[in-house]
Amino acid sequence: MSTPREATPFAVFREEFCRNRVAVIALGVVAIIGVIALLAPWITPQNPYDLSKLSLADARRPPGFVGSGGYVHWLGTDAQGRDLFSAILYGLRISIQIGVMAGAIAFTLGATLGAFAAYAGGRVEALIMRVIDLQLSFPAILLALVLAAVLGQGKWPLIAALVTAQYAYFARTAHGAASAERSKEYVEAALSTPLSPRRVVFRHILPNCLPPLIVVATVQIASAIALEATLSFLGLGLPVSEPSLGMLIANGFQYMLSGRYWISIYPGIALIFLIVAINLVGDQIRDQLNPRLRR
Amino acid sequence: MTPLVLAQNVSKRFAPRLGLGERIAAKLGSPVETRTVHAVDNVSLAIAKGEVLGLVGESGCGKSTLGRVIAGIHPPSAGQVTIGGESVMREGRKSTTRIQTVFQDPFASLDPRIRIGEAIAEGPLAHGLMRKADARAEVARWLDAVGLPAEAAERFPHQFSGGQRQRVAIARALAMQPDILVCDEPVASLDVSIQAQIVNLFLKLRRELGLTMLFISHDLGIVRHISDRIAIMYLGRIVETGETEAVFAAPRHPYTRALLDSVPKLVTDSEELVSFKAIAGELPSPLSPPPGCHFHLRCPHAQAVCREIVPASDSQGGMHPVACHFPLIS
Repeated sequence: MSTPREATPFAVFREEFCRNRVAVIALGVVAIIGVIALLAPWITPQNPYDLSKLSLADARRPPGFVGSGGYVHWLGTDAQGRDLFSAILYGLRISIQIGVMAGAIAFTLGATLGAFAAYAGGRVEALIMRVIDLQLSFPAILLALVLAAVLGQGKWPLIAALVTAQYAYFARTAHGAASAERSKEYVEAALSTPLSPRRVVFRHILPNCLPPLIVVATVQIASAIALEATLSFLGLGLPVSEPSLGMLIANGFQYMLSGRYWISIYPGIALIFLIVAINLVGDQIRDQLNPRLRR
Repeated sequence: MTPLVLAQNVSKRFAPRLGLGERIAAKLGSPVETRTVHAVDNVSLAIAKGEVLGLVGESGCGKSTLGRVIAGIHPPSAGQVTIGGESVMREGRKSTTRIQTVFQDPFASLDPRIRIGEAIAEGPLAHGLMRKADARAEVARWLDAVGLPAEAAERFPHQFSGGQRQRVAIARALAMQPDILVCDEPVASLDVSIQAQIVNLFLKLRRELGLTMLFISHDLGIVRHISDRIAIMYLGRIVETGETEAVFAAPRHPYTRALLDSVPKLVTDSEELVSFKAIAGELPSPLSPPPGCHFHLRCPHAQAVCREIVPASDSQGGMHPVACHFPLIS
């Protein structure tokens, strides 16, 4: 038996990841944002969705203002008198929730479709992949915009629109990786046993396609969050009573030129932090998983 | 004696997919170059129960493809393979568990993300050959049969050396309790010292389990050691079959003769070192195999008839069968 106590692949991966300071900091930022977004109801001074807690007298106050609630609005208030700090945390919560859910569903759907196409081959593969190519030729934002307009407002229609706009990227990646795995001997060994096609695809081919899919997933979750913010900014996302980051930015947009910068800027900064941090983590994972970049 | 496995007139062609433009051109009647690879060309083969058949040939002669068709991994383009009278494939999918395969590269033939124990138990569990409650004991039994400790079941393939992985691959095939094992160059990618161990393992398993084997190799020494009968393959066709010792003692096909002569011998009876004769020329491309006998381009005895007519397999005068117009007489 060769050294039984050798480092597991995951430990090696972790150590290599830690060598990149920027990526570690980015991961920390993602983690912190994730935790405070999750704990938002317990750490915010105000529930921004509870209209009875809002007072129009506190509307559009600058950062540092002490409102009728008796606490400091560190980031100011918006046009409805919401505490911006609270609204941003709740907004992050929704943005992350929608981004991760849309990413997860698109991942499952796309990876299954792509791997199945690669396994089936022939006409089935050609049909599936051409449909996906066709869809990839449309900009994701256009597709999401049309779907969001057709499906209406709300969390699930929004997720459906994001999934439709994004699953094709997963399918494309899974198809490429699975095509390479398909010709490996362990798949022939599984066919020789024989194992059922479903088992070969889900138990053997897909797990071996995970590295490139994880890279795509990090990038796509960031882009789902950005896309959701864009749709909300354009008024096609969530209802006004549950503002996400995009809608907070949109709400403050009209006050920008009157000097009340904080209503738009702070949600914008939160969004940028989140997306940049996720992308930095994704970049590092991609570099580590790309065999061509290995030393 | 009726053979256990019978391959009847099996052919395997690989046609490249034509692009849309080429397909339209073909529809409009223009000649389109079809670069079909004739990997296996009208091969018939019989393997009796309990025997080890060695399949020998140069790289690229189609022996691995023939092995995969017999193992039911690839469907044949023509002909059929049967085991005990039933077809190996049904509706494009393998329908029997009685043929199992051991592959050349043990680094590629084990799924890197699956523990050894699960890899061995997966097939038998899926086919109801093993009960879940017995899986652990059964896996330990098969690991023991191939000379690995029971703890190996908890490990991943990357924690093993090449020879150990090949043992795992053999255990995985055996756990399906096959009637016949197709071994596709099972020792070619191993170190020489490990090769001997694996060959000895095959011999031991054969003794203990009465295994029938199709042993594919380009190494004549190993094939001679392990096989009861051998079949010589050249560019998709079987050119000679017979009892191993009969073929080695008196090859009837010029290609077999050349193949035997090309084996380097380091230790000789005479004082001077005997040089070995490489076969002149190269294997022709299976994209455009030559007409007539495939070997005529490299054959020292080729005549006009060899260039035109495919020689039929002939076992004249009680000799082993050979596909040659002018078989050698020794």
